[in-house]
Amino acid sequence: MLTVDALTKTYKTGDKALKAVAFTVPKGQVVGLIGPSGAGKSTLIRCINRLVEPTSGRVLLNDLDITALPGSGLRRARRRIGMIFQEYALVERLTVMENVLSGRLGYVGFWSSFLRRFPAEDIESAFRLLDRVGLMEHADKRADALSGGQRQRVGIARALAQDPELLLIDEPTASLDPKTSRQIMRLIVEICDERGLPAIINIHDVLLAQQFTQRIIGLRAGEVVFDGPPAALDEDVLTRIYGEEDWTAMRRSAEEDVAAERDAAERMAGMV
Amino acid sequence: MSETVYHRHWRRPPTMIRDRRVRYALYLGIVLYLVLAIGSVDVNWVRVWEGFDRGWRFVLGFLQPDFTSRWRDISQGLVESLTMTMTATVAGVIISVPIGIGAARNLAPRPVYYACRAIIALSRSLQEIIIAILLVAMFGFGPFAGFLTLSFATIGFLSKLLAEDIEDIDEAQAEAIRSTGASWFQLVNYAVQPQVMPRLIGLVLYRFDINFRESAVIGIVGAGGIGATLNTAIDRYEYDSAGAILLIIIGIVMVAEYSSSHIRKWVQ
Repeated sequence: MLTVDALTKTYKTGDKALKAVAFTVPKGQVVGLIGPSGAGKSTLIRCINRLVEPTSGRVLLNDLDITALPGSGLRRARRRIGMIFQEYALVERLTVMENVLSGRLGYVGFWSSFLRRFPAEDIESAFRLLDRVGLMEHADKRADALSGGQRQRVGIARALAQDPELLLIDEPTASLDPKTSRQIMRLIVEICDERGLPAIINIHDVLLAQQFTQRIIGLRAGEVVFDGPPAALDEDVLTRIYGEEDWTAMRRSAEEDVAAERDAAERMAGMV
Repeated sequence: MSETVYHRHWRRPPTMIRDRRVRYALYLGIVLYLVLAIGSVDVNWVRVWEGFDRGWRFVLGFLQPDFTSRWRDISQGLVESLTMTMTATVAGVIISVPIGIGAARNLAPRPVYYACRAIIALSRSLQEIIIAILLVAMFGFGPFAGFLTLSFATIGFLSKLLAEDIEDIDEAQAEAIRSTGASWFQLVNYAVQPQVMPRLIGLVLYRFDINFRESAVIGIVGAGGIGATLNTAIDRYEYDSAGAILLIIIGIVMVAEYSSSHIRKWVQ
């Protein structure tokens, strides 16, 4: 369980990125974090594992106060928090397997990671994860040889290799096409479901968020302006989060998208 | 309804100096300075004419290089130079990698950063010949002084460029590795090294051939190697042997150039 309590971040420039943000994510819940660019979504998830140092407030992961940890304790805490990135953030010149195994860095010593001699169970679970995300035969390819969707799958496998208690996901679909985006979101939600993992997904595609998450938190200018089930996300709420816009048009085109995808899937099924 | 009239003329606004008068005054000043500066150079035209004559003898020696009569000296100088180059490059790389990492702002804590930058500045501010003269005075004539000179110069060059490369890495990859709970050393090994390695190898090869060329120069001030041989040949007016030595230097630099471009392509 994750508890965020009065989390505030003020950058050196004086920008208030987060203003006393507070929420709790229970085990197994997938939360979509939405909001306009610059609302503080990225800052918020980076404050949770302290890639960005919060100014004040607390982050508790199962009663462990992450914000109070010193260097080595922070590293131990980070390894239990898997992170998935926009643009994948794989180490491009390393192989797929090295990228997945890098999820174990917090658990192994320097020399075994330097010599790429990971414990047998780590290797076994890395292969199992690669199989789970459907990239078994790509294990020894360099990460930059893969397509966008495949790279994001490697990113997911890397995060899961950490054996996390929480997933932080930053715009997982921002660089993917609509179909691949859906596949990646489905995979993430399935995996969270299998493992009872809580996840915070930073996402700017409102419809994807509604379709795949169980709860939506809306952020505007560093403040939580909405926190509730996806179904409660109506035009009023969207306007409160993003400002004035013609939301019905967006919904209509999205419904067409979904219908087209279903149609295509049926046709594919018919061909087999 | 009135239509907007758009300009049909556009000129790039001056980027640095807005005032036209100041700009032209500056141009005029530069031209004036150049004329005066060139006028102040004292040229002894008789000496230049004699120089042509000597130069011509040098060219003739070049056209008829004599590899044989001083071959013992030449080969000894060459071996010395190559040894010096090789050992200095290896030693320089071993020392400059940690200094380069320390001088990268995104990896090193402030005090380490400033210390490493100071070492780099020191190494870069002293030209090879000056260091060579100093070290020859300290350790006597011969290749050991040359080895130290080249190692020292290599540190400034490689550390600086490596540090800049590290500062230019894709931070997202480093952030991803950091978020797994990796230690600092693991971060360097997994996120930084893969990104900078190809260019580092390229820089090392490049430095190798700079070191070889420099070994010919510092030999002239007594730091051993092919430069010492070349200096002796010129002092004795043996331009045919000097020509042979220069041809060999050019040949070796060319070989190094081609092989390094091949290796660089291969490591990408």
